[in-house]
Amino acid sequence: MKEYVLMKGNEAIAEAAILAGADAYFGYPITPQSEVLEYLMAEKPHERTGMVVLQAESEVAAINMVYGGAGCGRKVFTSSSSPGISLKQEGLSYIAGAELPCLVVNVVRAGPGLGTIQTAQSDYFQSVKGGGHGDYRLIVLAPASVQEMADFVGLGFDLAFKYRNPAMILTDGALGQMMEKVMFSEQQPRMTEFPEWATTGKSPGRERNIITSLDLDSAQQEKFNLKLQAKYRKMEEEEVRYELIDCQDAEYLLVAYGTSARICQKSVQLAREKGIKVGLLRPITLFPFPKKPLKDMAPNLKGILSVEMSAGQMVEDVLLAVNGRVRVEHFGRMGGMIPSPDEITGALENIFIKGTDHG
Amino acid sequence: MAENLKTQDIIKAENLVYSKTPVLTDNVMHYCPGCGHGTAHRLIAEVIEEMDIQADTIGIAPVGCSVLMYNYLDIDMQQAAHGRAPAIATAVKRLMPAKYVFTYQGDGDLAAIGTAETIHACNRGENIAIFFVNNGIYGMTGGQMAPTTLPNMKSSTSPYGRDVELMGNPLKITELVAQLPGTWYVTRQAVHTPSAVRKAKKAVRRAFENQKLKKGLSLIEIVSNCNSGWKMSPVQANAWMEENMLPFYPLGDIKLEGNLLAKE
Amino acid sequence: MTEEIIIAGFGGQGVLSMGKILAYSGIMQDQEVSWMPSYGPEMRGGTANVTVILSDERISSPIINKFDTAIILNQQSLDKFESSVKPGGVLIYDGNGITRHPERTDISIYRVDAAEEAATMKSAKIFNMIVLGGYLKAKPMVKLENVIKGLVKSLPERHHALIPLNEKAIKRGMEIVRTVHEPSLN
Repeated sequence: MKEYVLMKGNEAIAEAAILAGADAYFGYPITPQSEVLEYLMAEKPHERTGMVVLQAESEVAAINMVYGGAGCGRKVFTSSSSPGISLKQEGLSYIAGAELPCLVVNVVRAGPGLGTIQTAQSDYFQSVKGGGHGDYRLIVLAPASVQEMADFVGLGFDLAFKYRNPAMILTDGALGQMMEKVMFSEQQPRMTEFPEWATTGKSPGRERNIITSLDLDSAQQEKFNLKLQAKYRKMEEEEVRYELIDCQDAEYLLVAYGTSARICQKSVQLAREKGIKVGLLRPITLFPFPKKPLKDMAPNLKGILSVEMSAGQMVEDVLLAVNGRVRVEHFGRMGGMIPSPDEITGALENIFIKGTDHG
Repeated sequence: MAENLKTQDIIKAENLVYSKTPVLTDNVMHYCPGCGHGTAHRLIAEVIEEMDIQADTIGIAPVGCSVLMYNYLDIDMQQAAHGRAPAIATAVKRLMPAKYVFTYQGDGDLAAIGTAETIHACNRGENIAIFFVNNGIYGMTGGQMAPTTLPNMKSSTSPYGRDVELMGNPLKITELVAQLPGTWYVTRQAVHTPSAVRKAKKAVRRAFENQKLKKGLSLIEIVSNCNSGWKMSPVQANAWMEENMLPFYPLGDIKLEGNLLAKE
Repeated sequence: MTEEIIIAGFGGQGVLSMGKILAYSGIMQDQEVSWMPSYGPEMRGGTANVTVILSDERISSPIINKFDTAIILNQQSLDKFESSVKPGGVLIYDGNGITRHPERTDISIYRVDAAEEAATMKSAKIFNMIVLGGYLKAKPMVKLENVIKGLVKSLPERHHALIPLNEKAIKRGMEIVRTVHEPSLN
């Protein structure tokens, strides 16, 4: 019988991966995501499902192990936190360039540099605009609860394989460390058949499979880039996910993902208690970004406040989406500071209603 | 006798003394004439054919001159980011333990940017083979100093010779990894003479055979020339290699069946 | 119905595990729950705190700065969180080591001298369960039977033999908790 369990977000990701039939995890410890590797090691998934778990010598090695496993057509993933994710960017660029499916979890902490281990959302640009070198995109999922941390593991793998593209779960230290109740899905079997492009050994009668991101011929390389871009456009058409909360009569809109979206739900309640008609749009996919609903809602709004624990990164995508149709401002805290619900409500009032703050 | 042999006679099956292994593709190699890579590729391909493991072998190509190795071997291959081949091979082997997995890396790839991946794959005792071609220079990027560049040796980034006080000493990474408990077989070979080629092939074969034992990693260094980077003719380069490289990087087995061999 | 709780004290006092047991108790009575710790170096011997929310509805923000209940286990935490209790809310504290006692008059204040009692019961480990007992008496948001079920869920099986001792401690806490101040008494 299935029942709810109380679990940290990081642990939920690890358990969900075992249940999703993941073939391997390669990681390196860093706060605040080390529970992923710790949980996997304690659970002995090699006994439960045959899953491989290995503590690598570095984040760089870990992401390249992911490349190797993904190149064999296996469901492989890694996790880290901001400084470690920076180290993985080279590998991610190669994975995108070799069109390999994989899942990467970023439990974001505040930066720049070593920053602090406290929560933040300041890796948005790095996650949705590429991160490493070259024109590529990750599929970026932003969970806002421990349940979604678990659910998005399977979803991330599915999307990664559907598009032969790396997927990222972009979460943050608060969601990684907090516990909520979570219901897991049934154990999925590990794959027994692998994609035809995988390097599983050149069986007689088929061409050899080559996993590479190299093509020295510029005309061919451009053609390949156009193919990638077409893939990203398809994602924008088919994979946009978001949630609307109290938006029917909203005059003002908060836009927030992850932990900020949770806080903003409370801000919406507080604002409505004061008679301000506020709604919340929560992007679930950050790439592809929910541009269309924002564009469609813009004419009926008096203002949009993009809320993010950063100096204002996602706000640029909100601005691009509404393209001047309505005023857009950013509110956020940085360095591991978390805005309180009434702080956000206050910012909304000050910027848009009282006009005492220019955002 | 050779004068009397006609073309028709030469191509007769009974006169065949050498043929290209089918594990090598028909693609024309891009390597400079006189380079050792072609020979090293051939040895690996021949061993794969002889062991009949073409369907069970996955190779990892590096960044460097041999980045396009996958164009020449008719097996499944992955191309690694610079220095990361041992990490990729680790995952491939762990996910498919019954397969034969090897990396093929140059000195910059294996002993500079990829030092951590090399040492840790060796130390974990991954059941893979690493083929390490050491020509003391960065060939592909145009002859820059490598971690294995000899003292006083000239390169485009040590134009007055490698000054060890300023630029550090050449790294004998093969001797270094031989110290690690995870390595099972460590040897240094060359491919510049027929007898060296024969010995090197035995080493390559042993590196593949070892994977069945699950006793640890096999690392085969192949000291080679880079006549373009060294700015010499192939013949000069081989002579220079014998005179300068081999005294510093002596050929022969360093570790056999997990045991370090005593220095002679 | 939503109960927003902060539990704060020194690392090692069992702050996080008390929160976990409380959260599990909420699940046992079909509530939505969240458990949001302070994490990192603070945990190692410094102050530790955890926000626990129990609710009949979907929980919006797991991070809040006003609480229905504050469970306070040292002076630093009292100084930090006394002002964060909502008017009409509840503050429960252990008097051990407290030199400046709570002063709010618009909230209910209870004292449970759990450290002293744990010493009497000769088990430092049950300190947090005595405190929890005090909370259950002062504010019966969760049923004792659900707390016991929560204990079963949150303790590793090898520690299940300790559940009767924990239950005893909770009951003892319910007995020794005393009212310091209630707004209605003004």
